[in-house]
Amino acid sequence: MSSTVNEINILNADDAELMRISREGTLSLNLNEMKAIQMHFGALGRNPTDVEIETIAQTWSEHCVHKTFKSIIRYSEEEKEPEQIDGLFPSYIQRATEEIAKPWCVSVFSDNAGIIEFDDTFNLVFKVETHNHPSAIEPYGGAGTGIGGVIRDSLGTGLGAKPILNTDVFCFGMPDMSYSELPKGTLHPKRVFKGVVAGVRDYGNRMGIPTANGAILFDTRYTANPLVFCGNVGLIPRNRCEKSVEPGDLVVAIGGQTGRDGIHGATFSSAELDDTSEGLGSVVQIGNPIMEKKIVDALLQARDRNLYRSITDCGAGGFSSAVGEMGAHIGAEVHLERVSLKYEGLAPWEIWLSEAQERMVIAVPPENLSELITICEAEFVEATVLGTFTDTHKLQVFYEGAIVADLEMEFLHNGLPKPVKAAVWQPPKHPEMPSRDEGIGVGDPSYTDDLKRLLASPNIASKESVIRQYDHGVQGGVVINPLVGVANDGPSDACVITPVLGSRKGVIIANGINPKYSDVDPYLSAASAIDEALRNIVAVGGTLEKTALLDNFCWGNPDKPDRLGELVRAAKACYDIATAYGTPFISGKDSLYNEYRDTTTGEQQAIPSTLLISAICVIPDIRNAVTMDVKAPGNFIYVVGNTYTELGGSHYFGIHGFIGNSAPVVRPDEAKLTMERLSSAIKSGLVRSCHDCSEGGIGVAAAEMAFAGGYGMTLNLDNIPTGDETEADDYLLFSESNSRFIVEIEPEHRDAYENHMSGVPIGYLGTVTAAPEFVITGKSRHPIIETAIDVLKSAWQTPLHS
Amino acid sequence: MTQPKVLILRTAGTNCDAETDTAFQFAGAETALVHIQNLISGKVNLSDYQILAIPGGFSYGDDISAGILLAVEMKHKLTDAVNRFVGDGKLVIGICNGFQVLVRTGLLPGVSTSANGTSQMTQRATLAMNTSAKFECRWVDLETQESPCVFTKNIKPSVYFPVAHAEGRFTAPADVLAELEANNQVVFRYAESEYPKNPNGSDADIAGICDTTGRIFGLMPHPERFLTKWNHPRWTRFSQAQDTATEEGDGLAIFKNAVNYVKANL
Repeated sequence: MSSTVNEINILNADDAELMRISREGTLSLNLNEMKAIQMHFGALGRNPTDVEIETIAQTWSEHCVHKTFKSIIRYSEEEKEPEQIDGLFPSYIQRATEEIAKPWCVSVFSDNAGIIEFDDTFNLVFKVETHNHPSAIEPYGGAGTGIGGVIRDSLGTGLGAKPILNTDVFCFGMPDMSYSELPKGTLHPKRVFKGVVAGVRDYGNRMGIPTANGAILFDTRYTANPLVFCGNVGLIPRNRCEKSVEPGDLVVAIGGQTGRDGIHGATFSSAELDDTSEGLGSVVQIGNPIMEKKIVDALLQARDRNLYRSITDCGAGGFSSAVGEMGAHIGAEVHLERVSLKYEGLAPWEIWLSEAQERMVIAVPPENLSELITICEAEFVEATVLGTFTDTHKLQVFYEGAIVADLEMEFLHNGLPKPVKAAVWQPPKHPEMPSRDEGIGVGDPSYTDDLKRLLASPNIASKESVIRQYDHGVQGGVVINPLVGVANDGPSDACVITPVLGSRKGVIIANGINPKYSDVDPYLSAASAIDEALRNIVAVGGTLEKTALLDNFCWGNPDKPDRLGELVRAAKACYDIATAYGTPFISGKDSLYNEYRDTTTGEQQAIPSTLLISAICVIPDIRNAVTMDVKAPGNFIYVVGNTYTELGGSHYFGIHGFIGNSAPVVRPDEAKLTMERLSSAIKSGLVRSCHDCSEGGIGVAAAEMAFAGGYGMTLNLDNIPTGDETEADDYLLFSESNSRFIVEIEPEHRDAYENHMSGVPIGYLGTVTAAPEFVITGKSRHPIIETAIDVLKSAWQTPLHS
Repeated sequence: MTQPKVLILRTAGTNCDAETDTAFQFAGAETALVHIQNLISGKVNLSDYQILAIPGGFSYGDDISAGILLAVEMKHKLTDAVNRFVGDGKLVIGICNGFQVLVRTGLLPGVSTSANGTSQMTQRATLAMNTSAKFECRWVDLETQESPCVFTKNIKPSVYFPVAHAEGRFTAPADVLAELEANNQVVFRYAESEYPKNPNGSDADIAGICDTTGRIFGLMPHPERFLTKWNHPRWTRFSQAQDTATEEGDGLAIFKNAVNYVKANL
């Protein structure tokens, strides 16, 4: 099929034929969309070429245009009036940011990443992407190019940011799954896990970007659809944050050569996977981090000399998306035979759509071309002039002199029919698990074993074996590591870096993610994810005032009303909680259609509805940061924030085979003050250590603090402030109520601390002890936990050790 | 004398250049980040500088093995310039990937004092894959050895630096190791032999070595990542007393020593 252009006969096609064309071409366009294209070309009196229809399919793909988040939704839930939502994104995400109106938000939702202010010289950019479908099929390549892609998002923001930090969050199937249960055509979770970690490691480390924040979660439902979230923070001069394109500017491709890799990535990732998807190797890209490092080295020099006016990365859709977006408001003309190819034999549409990695497109005023080429040659980076930005308002593509695509920008970018989708939500009903207090503490029985099981559950267990494979110290700016404590192996709540060496100004990066609560209510899951991300920021010394959020939704098929109903619930929570805390969204992304279908049985499995919230906070002085490891015997331990009977979706219920119904609620009315007072106490130096209370509740948080610091604790549950009538020891110990922290206070600061926290529910739990024993007395007056910190630490460290 | 000038060598895949640059600037030097292409073409003269620093990273992706391609390039395309630089008594430091490059060029441990047939550029040792068979990012205790190394003069007897590498296991034939010991060329040792205190399984726990003059120095740990005390992974555990002590990180001394040596001797 080399070098040829085919006409796609749609003018006379009936509905069935239109859908056949879409399906067989991996276009992922639905009938309405195919009809819109048919009508458009009908008016022109001709059929589209393959280059044209492929360009439209990429541009209109869920992956590129996020149509679900923009669609009109008819939403209904039990006992409520049905409502019509005119776009989840404008209604809940964008609106939250607009209403919060933080002056330090420089650019939100418009560029490749969000931009916030840092200091007088620099701003920060932050973007998180997913690379789920590719990682399911080829974990190493999929994850590596995921990181590579999000780094290019930072590089493609404004006039280009220097990448300074990577984050990664993974969701996998259970690592101990038996091979006989493995769905047909999928890779074992352990294989996916290993490959993904290696891919992120090799790409990030070679790029010289610290990978210092992340999380790894496990659930059987991620087996066929693992999730790979990759984030990048960049540093950009304040006067390099805006881009423009002028007619006459040259379209210049920078970086790697183009091959047949990654074709149809955008449309492929906008469809469900099934048991035949493993054969789709050509949709996965091949990464080359050293090439990308060279591009960064070259482009940042060109940026500082003002040699180009605009930049974007070649991600999904390749040149078709990059050039199409850059020239959207003016027009562009591209000559495909000029593209530097890895090998001969690509059809024009393949060149145009290839998602070969490590390529950027820049808009260069002609007078700057020779200086740009000099810089690129010095760094051994290819720079190729592909064409010109025009004032035709058309996207015109040529191959060896012949026009192969002639599309109106207006139709390309605004011709997509706005879909109307139905969404319903019905709260599930799960069996409740009663307290197991009866008999506990009398004789031998205790919750010690429960605590050990919780610490050993893969979601909570130490991820050190993974973290150590990532270079988290490169660039020299890390001041709070992902692992902290006396042996550098405790789980830090967040990382802190100083992007400008020698300056005390810092950046905190944290995340929150609670897919288990989605089984009860995706609203609570989303609200809790925001609360958790913010707790992690506050726990190391950040403030709500200077925190921005990113949202990454990974969902099942949104064409199914129940899945979409869950998405609506989560989006509503994003608006409610973000506005209540005053923390704006600056960027986000969604990955839908994370479902697996067994083509023989017809069985369908969606992932748990998963929202990752990433948070970024600027702090004036890193010297005020704190870590989660206890520091000295004799210090007092307090819990901050109310505990409720909220064990729905908790890990404690989970290890006993229950889901329950009372997932943690977020109550910003009381929680905002809690976080603000705690931030202020930390800033005043009153808090020696602080840990976010999340999975496994007070029990797990306190145990982690103890063994990370190498000291014991003697605690009792008497003074835990509760917001309801919670009395049961196991509920108090393991409830996962939001907005809570465990803090360590030096005896001489006790009064000052208590005064500082006035108006906030706090409770004295006990003391840090030199003896390495971890002892908790229940309300029943019985010791309900009695063990050594080494035993707990080993339970926590062993499961994912290798 | 004028401000000492440091050339920080870059190529495709170098990635610790910015913090190495900052370290030398904090130490009082004038610095230049120079792509090896510009040395080969003659656009930049190595002889205009007194210190050559080869930073960490993955030069040319560490294809074949760590540092080898950059070493070959230096050996074959910059032979005279490097030999003259070393012959003039100037300083060379290689950190992590830079150490791997120095070992593969043969500049470290340097010409044998006994055996014939070795020249300035004969490789006599290597940095092999870690015994853990994976990339390791962690802080390690190092013991400073008695050595002629000018970079570690008066440095604390034990320091704590981070390592981040997959290929850091220093190994050499027994006679080479014996010679290193006899000449006091071992500059840093990991404080203990067992993993992960010795993070890579190096022979004799070797973390860094110098040539017999003490002017060429290579090490796997990253002193440039410890320029302020807030880089220390446990600074939040420091007591109030430690809090009032210097804000300088222990890594900076190495760069200061180099700058001071140049000021005093070159």
